[in-house]
Amino acid sequence: MYALFFVLAVPLLGAAVLAFTGHRDYARNLNVVFSLSTFLAACWLTAEVISGGPMLVWKQQFFIDPLNVFLVTLTCFVGLTTAIFSRPYMRVEQDLGKMTPPRMRLYHSMYQLFNFTMLLGFTTNNMGIVWVSLEAATLTTLLLVSVYRTAASLEAAWKYFILCGVGIALALFGTVLLYMAAEKVLGPESATLLWTSLNAIKGDLNPSIIAIAFAFLLVGYGTKVGMVPLHSWLPDAHAEGPTPVSAVLSGLLLNMGMYAVLRVKVLTDGALHSVMAGQLMMGFGLLSLVVASFLLSRQKDVKRMFSYSSIEHMGLITFAFGMGGPVANFAGLLHMTVHSLIKSAVFFTVGQATQKAGTQIMSEIRGLIKINPTVGWGLMLSSMAILGMPPFGVFASEFLILTTAMREQPWATPFLLISLGVAFASILIRVLPMVYGETSLKPLAHSPALVPVFVHIGLGLVLGLYIPPYLNGWYVQAALMLGG
Amino acid sequence: MIIKLAPQLVNLAATLILMLSFAMISQRRISSLINLFTIQGAALVAASILLGYVTHQPDLYISAALTLALKVIFIPWMLHRVIRKLNVRWDVETLINIPTTMLVGIGLVIFSFSLAWPISRLSHNLAGGSLGIALAVVLLSFMMMITRSKAVPQIIGFLSIENGLVFAAISVTNGMPMIVEFGVALDLLVAVLILGVFMFQIREKIDSLDIHKLEALKED
Amino acid sequence: MSWLGLLSQLMAIVMALLLAPLMTGWVNQWRARLQNKSAPSLLQPYLVLHKLFNKESVLAEHASPLFRAAPYIVFGCMLLACAIIPTLSTDLPLSPAADAIALVGLFALARVFISLAAMDVGTAFGTMGARREMLVGFLAEPALLMVLFCASMVSRSTSLTTIVETLAHREFTIYPSFLVTGVAFTMVSLAENARVPVDNPETHLELTMIHESMILEYSGRHLALLEWAASLKLLAYSCIGLALFFPWGIAEANAPLALLLALPVLLAKLAVGGFLLALIETLSAKMRVFRVPEFLGSAFLLAVIGLLVNILLGVS
Repeated sequence: MYALFFVLAVPLLGAAVLAFTGHRDYARNLNVVFSLSTFLAACWLTAEVISGGPMLVWKQQFFIDPLNVFLVTLTCFVGLTTAIFSRPYMRVEQDLGKMTPPRMRLYHSMYQLFNFTMLLGFTTNNMGIVWVSLEAATLTTLLLVSVYRTAASLEAAWKYFILCGVGIALALFGTVLLYMAAEKVLGPESATLLWTSLNAIKGDLNPSIIAIAFAFLLVGYGTKVGMVPLHSWLPDAHAEGPTPVSAVLSGLLLNMGMYAVLRVKVLTDGALHSVMAGQLMMGFGLLSLVVASFLLSRQKDVKRMFSYSSIEHMGLITFAFGMGGPVANFAGLLHMTVHSLIKSAVFFTVGQATQKAGTQIMSEIRGLIKINPTVGWGLMLSSMAILGMPPFGVFASEFLILTTAMREQPWATPFLLISLGVAFASILIRVLPMVYGETSLKPLAHSPALVPVFVHIGLGLVLGLYIPPYLNGWYVQAALMLGG
Repeated sequence: MIIKLAPQLVNLAATLILMLSFAMISQRRISSLINLFTIQGAALVAASILLGYVTHQPDLYISAALTLALKVIFIPWMLHRVIRKLNVRWDVETLINIPTTMLVGIGLVIFSFSLAWPISRLSHNLAGGSLGIALAVVLLSFMMMITRSKAVPQIIGFLSIENGLVFAAISVTNGMPMIVEFGVALDLLVAVLILGVFMFQIREKIDSLDIHKLEALKED
Repeated sequence: MSWLGLLSQLMAIVMALLLAPLMTGWVNQWRARLQNKSAPSLLQPYLVLHKLFNKESVLAEHASPLFRAAPYIVFGCMLLACAIIPTLSTDLPLSPAADAIALVGLFALARVFISLAAMDVGTAFGTMGARREMLVGFLAEPALLMVLFCASMVSRSTSLTTIVETLAHREFTIYPSFLVTGVAFTMVSLAENARVPVDNPETHLELTMIHESMILEYSGRHLALLEWAASLKLLAYSCIGLALFFPWGIAEANAPLALLLALPVLLAKLAVGGFLLALIETLSAKMRVFRVPEFLGSAFLLAVIGLLVNILLGVS
């Protein structure tokens, strides 16, 4: 009970403190301290759930079960490593003149506030509060994306707001319909929107209302996940903000949208007794995968290219969860984890490289391995990892998804293989010249702090080779709960 | 007498809201757009109060008070101030011309009515029939957001979507749980404040509030 | 058909003839007052008609018989329309003919003839006016039909008398679609009666005229008939509006006494309507001609929405 309190209260406190002190020199370290405390509280919470099973906290308003506790821990961990990465990175940005003291205050406090909204969204039991926190997360990242105040970042932020605003409005309509269906069975109190209560009576929910509600919720929350066709905010937003923000957006916010969709899918499957929900998810997932990999091949900006890669991976995850069944769900959860880790690592190295080269256009970045072996190797390894090269974790999950697809949905396999292949080729073609190749820039005097990158890549490697038993247990339990 | 006429009065309010959405689509002047939005908010407040009175649910009074404070008083005042400072009074361009917009609007209305038809049959609520109208308002405001090229009409479109959603909530379920309503209202307030700030910055950067000038990040 | 019935019908026609210029005078008076000008007398239109009837009618040399016949045809159509619309009573001998679609046809007939007459003499402004009039009519007619269909959905008949009887004698219900169709109907009548914001009836600039340019060539008794026809058209539209949306007070009987009793109610309603018309004219600015299709398009779409709302809300 206290663990949850700390998990939520620490980032909130951090946001308040950093709103005033965020421009000082110690602010960056303070940011790391807050993130570390949040991470420790999350570990405590995880231990409690492992030993005690799923828990309902504070008048049933918060619900922690295997599905969201590992997401909470993942979020806190990536939040921590990103804060560590952001320490030297933002100092350089400040020296380059791109960040002024008021903007640093905004950046730090919004970073902590963003963590708070995500953790709230993961741990709440009330489907309405899930919506509220997802919208709040959108607002905080809106400010983060536009923090440089360039014309491009303002455009990205505006597009982000418009498209996500539309998506979130559709999701609210879906939530209203969900409430309507629930009210018929449970009566009009606020307990009606609690996921646990809904899960208990999901067989009694009216199928026609739930079907339409799921459609709206899928499209609405799917916008946050970056599902085609409402995806065009994603490359802009991920590319124009500061690098730590791109890492967090790609790694964490997309997971939250996915989580909301999953919670609703469980209810829908119970109410509909048909595979409609799964089929919709498979369709949209496959569409996102195909469109993203083809659009990826035409990108010239490195961050945009990797954002399309995020859309592609989230499409694959949606497809996996759409297929359902213990293996596919397990693979989806594993993929969510390794994608967060590796994609944030990619953005860390890319951010470092672009900061050094002064540009984000790929044809103008060359010879990273000569400038600094750490950066070069970091980019090489993380790109390999995200492309699904064995023995990294992404390979394991993609392999599981592909084999399940071949077994259960053979029609989708050619699309999967072709898209993954196209993405593989495009990224590899672009990254190799960036790492090798001739450059006239001088080598860096000292290695940049890329410890977080290698920690993430290491974890990705470990997860590809061997999943520790408690983690395995988690995934299996969560996969079972997701059903299908 | 009021209780007997209540469903019709709520339907009347719903129709007024729909008509105002249509008027907003065809409106060219930004200050009249804000005024239409204010009237729409007022109709929503009236419908909430009436439903609260008839169904004896005090939650709806609170919801009405929230809507009044936010959408009828504070946000229009803020928007008027912003457009005075930014000196934007007219918005002549739309993406597609107004008659076509209205035809598409009719299509959207037909689509929402047919979609909501089976659901509103299932609702035992007093105003269940107006779910289709609420959804139509949402989709019309969505279209307004997409087809306008200036920033302020896009924001008003977003707020109008939210009007439609609140109306949907009160028509089928006598309002969402209070905590959710407060959360939604808070989100909305913060969103509008942030956007107000943004508009100034966009104006500063590119000297115009024409969103189509922000086309640097297109697909190449 | 009894003698009493025939007498009542004639009374109704005569009252319509007499009321029409009075209505026009009332609207003109209020428009002047609202614009802070000194108002003409209420009986001014009568004086104008009197003057015109006593003047010589001058015709162009190559004016065809159509040119000479058109004013009479137009006047006849408008008079017939006023006779069959249930202004004072729903039970007159000609009432069964008051079908909404037939009414629209009558107005269309009048429009065709006056446009042909305008083009007949071959002046530039006449042809331009005829073209614009046709544009307005082409867009206004579907809107008017939609409004009438919407109202007829409630009473399940397109006969105006049935509509009036059903609405006046049901218990008081609010039909939400009437809000929308009311607005649409107002927009259509502004267009058809050549009022601001579609067309300024007081303008003397030929390039901006729609209705006035068609009657530029007429003089004397022909002009008198056309002016009277325009007043009758305004009266007819107002009465259609009253019949659809405010049908209370219309008598149901066939007797002259009942007609006389229904007269004050009608006068009161027309007075309010005339004032509102003057108000709308004062508050609006005349639109540019190429905006008129947009205006009428919105009226049509509003009427369609009224229809859809009727279907959605399950009106009987």
